[in-house]
Amino acid sequence: MAEPLLDLRELQTHFQTFGGLVKAVDGVSFNVKAGEIVGLVGESGGGKSVIGFSILGLVDPPGRIAGGEIRFDGRDISKLGEREMRNVRGRDIAMVFQDPMTSLNPVYTIGRQMDEVLRLHTNLDEAARRIRCIRMLEDVGISGAESRLDAYPHQFSGGMRQRVVIAIALLAGSRLIIADEPTTALDVTVQSQILKLMRRQVQETGAAMILITHDLAVVSEMADRVVVLYCGKVVERGLTEEVIRSPAHPYTRGLLDSIPRITDRQRRLRQIPGTVPDIRTLGAGCSFRGRCAHAQPLCAERSPELAPVRGSLDAACHFPLQETL
Amino acid sequence: MLGYTIKRLLQMVLVLFVVSIIVFLMMSFTGDPVFMVIPIDSTQAEIEQARRLLGLDQSLFSQYWIFLSNLLQGDFGRSYVFRQPAMDLILERLPATIEMVLVAMAFATVIAIPLGVYAGANPNRTASRGIMAGSLFGISLPGFWVGMMLIYFFSVRHPLLPSSGRGETIEILGLRLSIFTADGWSHILLPAVTLALATLAIILRITRAGMMEVMRQDYIRFARAKGASRTHILFAHGLKNALIPVVTIFGLQLGDLIAFATITETIFAWPGTGKLLIDSIYRGDRPVIVVYLMLTAFIFVVINFLVDIVYTVIDPRITVK
Repeated sequence: MAEPLLDLRELQTHFQTFGGLVKAVDGVSFNVKAGEIVGLVGESGGGKSVIGFSILGLVDPPGRIAGGEIRFDGRDISKLGEREMRNVRGRDIAMVFQDPMTSLNPVYTIGRQMDEVLRLHTNLDEAARRIRCIRMLEDVGISGAESRLDAYPHQFSGGMRQRVVIAIALLAGSRLIIADEPTTALDVTVQSQILKLMRRQVQETGAAMILITHDLAVVSEMADRVVVLYCGKVVERGLTEEVIRSPAHPYTRGLLDSIPRITDRQRRLRQIPGTVPDIRTLGAGCSFRGRCAHAQPLCAERSPELAPVRGSLDAACHFPLQETL
Repeated sequence: MLGYTIKRLLQMVLVLFVVSIIVFLMMSFTGDPVFMVIPIDSTQAEIEQARRLLGLDQSLFSQYWIFLSNLLQGDFGRSYVFRQPAMDLILERLPATIEMVLVAMAFATVIAIPLGVYAGANPNRTASRGIMAGSLFGISLPGFWVGMMLIYFFSVRHPLLPSSGRGETIEILGLRLSIFTADGWSHILLPAVTLALATLAIILRITRAGMMEVMRQDYIRFARAKGASRTHILFAHGLKNALIPVVTIFGLQLGDLIAFATITETIFAWPGTGKLLIDSIYRGDRPVIVVYLMLTAFIFVVINFLVDIVYTVIDPRITVK
């Protein structure tokens, strides 16, 4: 089988803080094949965004990539210098941020901000770049694209801005798009439009996508495979369908149970008890044990390794769940 | 835009009117100017005559009325001392002050902005801490002391640069300017550096504060994710967003230096308006002081107007109404 487009191997991203060393990403491995959408799921503080920034080499001190490999197209890009990395960013790998209200620069027209990517990564002349920008804006569903090029971000609504951000991300023909909570800041009605748009764009361009979100419902609609993160570690991964239907890790199960369903309105919404523990004081054992209904003495002694459970599912749990939802 | 300009012009007339009243009232408390212009051994009759000639025998109100009606006919009054129109005296010296101030401001800006950007983008580096510590000196050292130290080191110990005067000037469009001759430059350097120091430190600190704020924004990260170079991110994406307070301070400092370069001009015997002001205050030359302060108010209003226009150029979200 061909090598995956992106292959994360035992990625470690650490932050040196006054309170101690924070292992925000602690030995994370997963891969993304060309044309595939992989969902990265977990609660806030689970290290999801840090993985995105690590891939692009945008982790700022006091953070640093402490170990592991980020293989993109066969080479480890975590070891590249700043200059080489700049050619990867925006050209090979693009990123879409959570909040469209703040990810566009308020003092430049969107035409100029789009053009910047093409100026950096292509040899097109000005007229050709302009045509490509207009076409891209039309592709993401912005009407009157030509006149909108000269508009400033504050003249767009949130949903429209996120369309512009997506257009910028797709502009240089990147093969991997990292979308960090791309719809969290948007209205629900706009959310599904944006998600559909992103899926269609990915399908049309053949790019792969990492969809970072806390929302399993979004993932179940969008992703081919799911990686569930907890306290900087992968706790479960597998095909979306299997993860949603029969999760093996109690944490995944908890996340699924906390999605409201219209069919069982008499039941109180279930939640995962407790909060995410302080990542600096985890110690030995499973980091989810404090919130887990199935925890046994073994869970406090030994940290579970990620291992195949059934079908496509890998889970890091001593006592994987068996039932189907 | 036109409506805005008209509104600002009307505002300016009001400001100038108020300034003229305040200055007139203040001057009436500073003693009888007639004693400044007559010889010490004058007789009572000569004093009375001088008073009548200068119009000082009339009430303060009618003096102000005469001043105001002359003003509306374009007559700003005559200096008691030089017997020349006060406006001419000031305009004659204004180019000297303005060229010194512009050189100082250019000097301050060119150094302060890159240093401020660097210190704001890398707040934890040793070099940044050094820059910030240095800027404290710029703010706290008094201009007269810096001026004297510069004269001591560069004119006395090592006679490299002249310590006083404007040097060789050439006339361009009716203005006598030093900055187009080498000798003029050698004369302008020390006073301009003296004048620039405090402004440099202030602009540097404002730039740094703005950059520290801006560099945390998402659009900076997004620009990095696009693959833009560090320099481009700092100056194109970062600095432009941090520029509003910098422009504000720049405008205020510019006005301040033009109006009150007095101390520096005195130390370096620079024949500008600041020196004229201080001399006029010593001599009780009220017409010159009144016109000078009104001109100062005028300059401030104009600079503020320009600053407002610059805001709209920098940030499209700001519009003038």
